[in-house]
Amino acid sequence: MSLLEVKDLKVRVEEREILHGLSLTVNPGEVHAIMGPNGSGKSTLSHVIAGKPGYEVTGGQILFRGEDLLEMEPNERAAKGVFLAFQYPVEIPGVTTWNFLHAALNAQRKARGEDEMSSPAFLKKVREVAKSLNVPQDMLKRGVNVGFSGGEKKRNEILQMALFEPAVCILDEMDSGLDIDALRIAADGVNALRSPERAMVVITHYQRLLNYIVPDYVHVMSKGRVVKSGGKELALELEESGYTQFEDAA
Amino acid sequence: MNVVAKTETGRALGDTFALVCDRLPGKGKISDQRRQAFDAYERLGLPHRRIEDWKYTDLRALMREVLPLAPAPDAAALKRAAAAAKSRAIDGVRRLVLVDGTFAPALSDLGKLEKGLSIRALSEVLETGDGALSAQAFASDNSNPMIALNGAMATDGVVVEIADGTVLSRPLQIVHVASGTTPAAMFTRSLLRLGRDVGATLVESYLAADGVKAYQAHDALVVAIGDNARLDHVRLVEDTVDAFNISSATVSLGAHAHLNTFGMTTGGHVSRYQLTVAFAGEGSKVETNGVNLIKGTQHADTTLFMDHAVPDCTSREIFRAVVDGRAHSVFQGRIIVRPDAQKTDAKMMTRALLLSDEAEADNKPELEIFADDVTCGHGATTGALDESLLFYMRARGLPEKEAQALLIQAFVGEAIETIVNDDLREVAISTAQRWLEARA
Ligand SMILES: Nc1ncnc2c1ncn2[C@@H]1O[C@H](COP(=O)(O)OP(=O)(O)OP(=O)(O)O)[C@@H](O)[C@H]1O
Ligand SMILES: [Mg+2]
Repeated sequence: MSLLEVKDLKVRVEEREILHGLSLTVNPGEVHAIMGPNGSGKSTLSHVIAGKPGYEVTGGQILFRGEDLLEMEPNERAAKGVFLAFQYPVEIPGVTTWNFLHAALNAQRKARGEDEMSSPAFLKKVREVAKSLNVPQDMLKRGVNVGFSGGEKKRNEILQMALFEPAVCILDEMDSGLDIDALRIAADGVNALRSPERAMVVITHYQRLLNYIVPDYVHVMSKGRVVKSGGKELALELEESGYTQFEDAA
Repeated sequence: MNVVAKTETGRALGDTFALVCDRLPGKGKISDQRRQAFDAYERLGLPHRRIEDWKYTDLRALMREVLPLAPAPDAAALKRAAAAAKSRAIDGVRRLVLVDGTFAPALSDLGKLEKGLSIRALSEVLETGDGALSAQAFASDNSNPMIALNGAMATDGVVVEIADGTVLSRPLQIVHVASGTTPAAMFTRSLLRLGRDVGATLVESYLAADGVKAYQAHDALVVAIGDNARLDHVRLVEDTVDAFNISSATVSLGAHAHLNTFGMTTGGHVSRYQLTVAFAGEGSKVETNGVNLIKGTQHADTTLFMDHAVPDCTSREIFRAVVDGRAHSVFQGRIIVRPDAQKTDAKMMTRALLLSDEAEADNKPELEIFADDVTCGHGATTGALDESLLFYMRARGLPEKEAQALLIQAFVGEAIETIVNDDLREVAISTAQRWLEARA
């Protein structure tokens, strides 16, 4: 069974249709890249998969392991293993990263009928993960993303992904705002999570990220549709020729 | 105005007063003052919305009547009250308990008083006729009808005097417990006198014994802070959701004195806290912080009055409210800077968090400035929890209520952080936590 199936998805925001029948099938172990010009609907797709309010699905469906994802609350989706690394992670003053991650992890475990993780066990785990991603310990004590640089925010997203061990990871422009060293560390973190059971959907504008996270499939999105799919060589082709050729196709 | 006194309510209470006034502590001058205070109250009756100061808290509509005076507690009542006080015990504080408006020495910790600390029951002070102290305890303004009523009816309270140069090692706690099984009113009045160079912490708690429902707690606190003295004050209102709590505090500060006060109201069907601060000496500083957490049909009113009469004083008011259900939060903050009060620095800020569409928060700031060289300002924000933050948290697996709780904790936490004493900060955190858990 496919892990994630998006079938003929039509989505409106404030009376305007943004996605016009988008389909995407992701199987366990696969890495998909989605590329496309600004405003083509990439973040919209990721938000709808994660369950952000404010989007009206007017057609099609999204199945996760065969279950109707659109019927689930965002937190249920997370507990089932859907993870979105945000393009623009928010700042949450007054809620420490450490506290937030512990509460979130335990909420997920509880929803899955697993035992909650004690503070010492959690501390040990989060420290290990932080270390492997070069995230300084003191970031965990600060308010979630508060005062973090753009790059630190992105690293915090990858840290959460590593901590929650989701089944499907959607990475929305994780490369934006990262310098070349940070990009490599983050990409290594993502690669370390690649497994035969887990799938990744990597949204990016740049071929460069795909040198680090090598995809099995590349999809080109334009104006709310997937207009072309292919192997990793499609990304190189895009780098050469740009998106204009697809805008006519859309 | 005279029409008001002729309402049924006014008459019934008049009868009550006539009946009990001879039994209230304090003879002679005190009993004259009580009568004057009662007359002052009767002229106005229960305040209503056409009186500007009570526009948002119409006691005539909300309270309708003043209940009969609570009887002095019997052994069973004291037992119920002791259990209630114990359930909210705070480590390391000296507890003074008032049960149904009567000081309960048996439930209070009067052992090994620090040097320079004196604690007596108000009734005792009034009966033994300490003229100066009695006068200070009753030197309140009869123009406020609820303070006047309190002055007329007060049955007991505590009188705390702290001698010059004394720094108390343990916080004092005045616990007001309602234990009565039939609806009744309690009237208490306490006096706290800090000499020069004194350091003290006062906690005031309002609660009820198990199973107690409707009652009225009418309280007044008179505080005098001497030169160079510091008072840290924490107030926790955890009355039952059927109760009324009408409290006033009147504080005067000498020179270079410091007051840090924090208030949290989670209980009470209708509550009103009126704090008046009078700066009487130069170079003093007042920080008032508060957060009310209310839901259902609760109504919580905080009315502050900062009276800057002398130069070089600073006041900061930051008031927060978390309002759920159909609850109604009221904040009225008045700052007056009198002509002599140059170099006054007075700022006021309110922030209301509305958790439901029907929740309501009214905010009335008033600045009256008669001096020219001053820094004054006020600001206000009212809003719901940030949807984009909630979504982020839910996308990480937190159910909506839990995500909300974390954001509310953060909002409330900013107020609680202003409490200096670690133990008291913890108490405030767990009080807020109880409110959040009851909501989930
Ligand atoms: N809340 C919203 N209200 C109105 N329009 C919106 C909203 N969210 C997205 N849109 C519109 O939908 C379209 C797709 O936006 P989306 O953010 O999904 O694009 P994107 O492919 O992620 O772009 P980028 O590469 O710049 O991140 C855009 O035209 C955008 O303006
Ligand atoms: Mg985007």
